Amino acid sequence: MKGTMNHVTQTPASSVAGERRGRAPVPPSHGRRRAAVRRRWSGQWAAWAFLAPVVVYLLVFYAYPLYNNLDLSLRDYTVRSFVQGGAPFTGFANYGKVFADPTFGPALWHTVVFTAVSLVFQFTIGLALALFFTRHFRLSATLRALFLVPWLLPLIVSSSTWSWLLNSDSGLVNALLAAFGAAPVNWLTSPDWSLWSVTIANIWIGIPFNLVVLYSGLQAIPAQVNEAAELDGAIGWQRFWKVTLPLLRPVSAITLLLGLVYTLKVFDIIWIMTKGGPSDSSTTLATWSYRLGFGNLLPAFGPGAAVGNLLIVMALAFGLVYIYLQRRQAFA
Amino acid sequence: MSAARSWGKTAIGLVLTGLMLFPVYWMINVSFTRDQDMRKSPPHLFPVDGTLEGYRAVLEQQGPYLVTSLVVGLGTVAVTLLIAAPAGYSLAKLRPRGGGALSFALLIAQMIPGIIMAMGFYAIFLSTGVLNTIPGLIVADSTLAVPFAVLVFTAFMSGIPEELLQAARVDGAGVLRTFWSVVLPVSRNSLITVSLFAFLWAWSDFIFASTLDQGGDHQPITLGIYHYIGNNNQQWNAIMATAVIASIPAAVLLVIAQRYVAAGVTAGAMKD
Repeated sequence: MKGTMNHVTQTPASSVAGERRGRAPVPPSHGRRRAAVRRRWSGQWAAWAFLAPVVVYLLVFYAYPLYNNLDLSLRDYTVRSFVQGGAPFTGFANYGKVFADPTFGPALWHTVVFTAVSLVFQFTIGLALALFFTRHFRLSATLRALFLVPWLLPLIVSSSTWSWLLNSDSGLVNALLAAFGAAPVNWLTSPDWSLWSVTIANIWIGIPFNLVVLYSGLQAIPAQVNEAAELDGAIGWQRFWKVTLPLLRPVSAITLLLGLVYTLKVFDIIWIMTKGGPSDSSTTLATWSYRLGFGNLLPAFGPGAAVGNLLIVMALAFGLVYIYLQRRQAFA
Repeated sequence: MSAARSWGKTAIGLVLTGLMLFPVYWMINVSFTRDQDMRKSPPHLFPVDGTLEGYRAVLEQQGPYLVTSLVVGLGTVAVTLLIAAPAGYSLAKLRPRGGGALSFALLIAQMIPGIIMAMGFYAIFLSTGVLNTIPGLIVADSTLAVPFAVLVFTAFMSGIPEELLQAARVDGAGVLRTFWSVVLPVSRNSLITVSLFAFLWAWSDFIFASTLDQGGDHQPITLGIYHYIGNNNQQWNAIMATAVIASIPAAVLLVIAQRYVAAGVTAGAMKD
């Protein structure tokens, strides 16, 4: 075995590296060096051969649709020109149309509220649960696994279940309110409540992700740190604010940013529960884009794509911050 | 920690889990509720006088949708593995020049909102004639999984000991042989994780189905439920029964593959 190991370390790549560090006193023959170079090239060929499928895939199924989307947003498409081509190039006219649309302001505001409120509650509840589950008790692993259920269910399942729970006439939530003597709320059909209803459902769906990621972050805090804090007399809340939270900050930042990127693109829940209504009261950029492109008999692909591209810019801006933080953490 | 305190925490944990999963219980409860009890106020908390009407309706009407979802799910798994596993191997072990840029592109790809992909696909699918077809839907659904899959494979395969690969090389195995008979077998866990998530995402997909397959002859179960809500919003036991059946893959996944699930959730967030 030792023999093979020795033999293995004599691969061209490592002998080249050795030469560079001057470990080989005798200059290598021309032939050997050429063989090494050839071997390295064939290594690169193999590496890229294995990558070829995913590169082609990314170009055809990501880059091309995205380019297509950009093109859609810069031309004045009708149904006819959508099928046959030849739509006139109109520059940023679609974007102008979108910004001037009375739906734009509310949709942007709803996106911000929906995302911010969702994140605050998902994160806080997720963190509280993660802290709770770090106290290992009987059944804790099983219960923690059960908490994943809302995250794993198809969104249409959770959305339709919440629709029925929040139904004005026969929903359980209103029945509970009635039991306490409160007036029923038109959760999904009142413009004052629809955005809150979809946000509640989204919080429920997002808690598991926050729980799992923050839990693994808490597990990574060395036990000695907590013990030391305890010796110093830091207990309970004090330990949480002064020790746990600061140590958890990198993981928290990543969780929140990733949650942000995911929440910006939430579409299914809102569309299934309220279709963005009533009268746009729960419309976000994502549902607006869908409605423009697919929700009407006469599709407005140009403006729809323009809204979509605005959404992409927002997602990518936060996405890049996320990648930057993650990289910095990986090398820290 | 005393035994009593531990049991106390377990009790709190049970209550919290119960609260969290209450909507799921409610879905099951409603799926067994008779039509005439559906609008009862207050509603029954347990399926007293339970009925299987809802499930009968599902079996009669939703069968084809379920089959389509199964086919689309399996197809998505196949496409995802075929594309992502070699890429993961290369990024983890073959040190391609420019690999970092590719990983970066994959991270970005994961963040693109589905609605934008759907709109981009729509025009392309329309002109190539794959709109409203199962292969078209499989391709679209695979975009949900491929970037994640490559990143997971890269992370897992980086952990394969270099000696193992070198031993294979010494035995005369080429890169391809090494990949097929050494790397893939030891990467079983990541293959399972990726397959489970790819299947689940394809099974759960609504946005691609509702845009790229809305006029198709074969539609997945998510559209089955959606049409149900739209058409007969009186028969909520049937809607919820369909929802229960559509949740089965998630439940199975959680029971048989719990540790893979948690690994997948954190891999997406933490690993590079």
